[in-house]
Amino acid sequence: MGKIRSLTLWHWYVGFAALFVGLFFGLRQSLARAGIWAKYDYYQGLTLHGVLNALVFTTFFIAGFLYLTTENSLKRPLRSYALAWFGFVVLLAGTVLAAVPILTGRASVLYTFYPPLMAHPSFYIGLTLVVVGSWIAALVVLRTYLAWRRENPEARVPLMFIATATTYIVWFIATIGVAAEVLFLLIPWSLGWVKETNPLLARTLFWYFGHPLVYFWLLPAYLAWYTIMPRIAGGKLYSDPMARLAFMLFILFSIPVGTHHQFADPGIGSNWKALHAFFTFLVAFPSLLTAFNLAASLEYAGKSRGGSGLFGWWAKLPYGEPVFAAFISAMILFIFGGISGIVNASYNLNMVVHNTSFIFGHFHLTVGSAVTLTFMGLTYLILPRLSGRELFGRRLALVQSYTWLIGMLIFSFANMAAGRMGVPRRTDLGLSTYSFPQVVERLEKLSALGGVILYASSLLFFVVFLGTLFVGRRSKERSFSLPVTEAYQTEAEAPRVLDNWKVWIGIAVVLIIIAYTPVLNQVLEISPFGSPAYSPSLPVPLPR
Amino acid sequence: MRIDPFEKFAMIVGGILLGAFILAIAYANFVWGVKVPTCEVVTRPFSKGAFIETAPKTYEVQVVARMWYFDMGTGKNEITIPAGSKVTFFVTSGDVVHGIKIPEKNINIMAIPGVVGRVQTTFERPGEYLMVCHEYCGIGHQGMYAKINVIQ
Repeated sequence: MGKIRSLTLWHWYVGFAALFVGLFFGLRQSLARAGIWAKYDYYQGLTLHGVLNALVFTTFFIAGFLYLTTENSLKRPLRSYALAWFGFVVLLAGTVLAAVPILTGRASVLYTFYPPLMAHPSFYIGLTLVVVGSWIAALVVLRTYLAWRRENPEARVPLMFIATATTYIVWFIATIGVAAEVLFLLIPWSLGWVKETNPLLARTLFWYFGHPLVYFWLLPAYLAWYTIMPRIAGGKLYSDPMARLAFMLFILFSIPVGTHHQFADPGIGSNWKALHAFFTFLVAFPSLLTAFNLAASLEYAGKSRGGSGLFGWWAKLPYGEPVFAAFISAMILFIFGGISGIVNASYNLNMVVHNTSFIFGHFHLTVGSAVTLTFMGLTYLILPRLSGRELFGRRLALVQSYTWLIGMLIFSFANMAAGRMGVPRRTDLGLSTYSFPQVVERLEKLSALGGVILYASSLLFFVVFLGTLFVGRRSKERSFSLPVTEAYQTEAEAPRVLDNWKVWIGIAVVLIIIAYTPVLNQVLEISPFGSPAYSPSLPVPLPR
Repeated sequence: MRIDPFEKFAMIVGGILLGAFILAIAYANFVWGVKVPTCEVVTRPFSKGAFIETAPKTYEVQVVARMWYFDMGTGKNEITIPAGSKVTFFVTSGDVVHGIKIPEKNINIMAIPGVVGRVQTTFERPGEYLMVCHEYCGIGHQGMYAKINVIQ
């Protein structure tokens, strides 16, 4: 299993390098919105922050991590390493192709790249390669699974692999939407082969992808919480069958919900928006199952460690363990992330918060905390095993997790409160020509304080990361195996249908057809292919 | 599959909670009339703004969002209406994607080229209402706004 070492490590090197650059621009934005250090290209920075953190970091980290979970759960080597490395090269090439136009100021279109603002073609081609690279990673995992299945025709699929496969299934179905948008609409248009494009159709295809994208980020974190965290806490997963059910429900309801990002869009009937809102509430359900299952697992762990009573076990959890500190902080933040997500999903209530700073207040609790902080915790767990050195700076790692918790609570509270007052997101607020009530100014300062704490916390992470790679004490044992949790209620109690991919993928496809046929039909009918290209810096169409 | 009684309880409570949220949304929609924009098939996209009094204290505003101003047919970035006016905004874009948010109202709509959106509200209280562009639309985005003056 030694070959996995450099494969995962290289994915993580690139992923964390992207995170490092992207976080700097996150800091700049939080300051600029408060009017501090505001002289720079805000929207270029915002594009870098979104693309590098939300797309590049996550994709590289997840690809590297899921190779590891595939080998650990199926107990066989990947099929094959050559293909996996090829995928890495494609991912890297795509990242470079997309990053160069952003860095040179020719793709300041944000990570959602809504036309008719147009980026340099290299930006779209690069993002396409990133998606293709991730498909290759998915293919490696699929081929490994099929080989395992041939070798073990009767075995139950291990929960860790259920989570791994669910992540890639959701991702694959989702990326069909963005692939269609980029290949059929944006690349031909940016190359000048067609002169005019269809903005509403592009948005609709983007959000078909954009919502399940968040589950592509979140499911690997769920994987860690379900299959690794209980063991780190000193206990067992409470229920393996309910965990399986949660993952299968994510396959069903992650995708037919994308229009909930378009509640404020014209051209889509409110009835179809309501249908997507309903499905969104259904996708909240597996997260409620997860909350119960994980809380019960933590209670089991706390009581195994000598805690008693209704809340006494809570005090016995290993808060001084860096991996656990990161996981528990991520989970606490995700409680608020989930609740604010339900606000966003709530159809007409969304009219209060849509495109305000409430939105990024919300998703910094989810992708910026539940996901990122869990990935940091996984790094504290796994990097020592991969580097052959002990974790460098345990204290720093602990401080990192808890400062992230505090910084994010401040940052998100401030921005959600400001969003409630209508402060727009994606806006260089420090230079705005309008003004909000005085209290908003104070909230933006609070948000900047949160941003500074978060940035400092992330620097601690990179100290621990580099220290563990280069200067940590060499450890005697080297192993690439993950500490996998046992279950209290085991997989033996789970009905076999919960391992049957065909059933769940089949129902998911039916739900997608039900949810998206009327929406696409309406969009194609009402929205013309009539928009010429615009640069973000000129109020007239680009001459072509 | 054995489901633990505590888990069953948690699932039922979770289900009831989500059901209650859905009922609250439906109540706000049907009883209070808090709607989301829908698909407008009658009004075709327009390229000039207009500010029309269709009846006393009833206005229709055709808004064309452009880089980086709102054209409402008044020649400036504001409209003035008496308190208690019912205003219907028809919204489209003349170039890229923009958005409209009136912080003190439940007005929140995207301005997308090629399609028209419609939102309606009543301005009861006199005062100056801010209307900001809430979708990134290029380097001038942070300067894109208009005002609605509601007078006695």
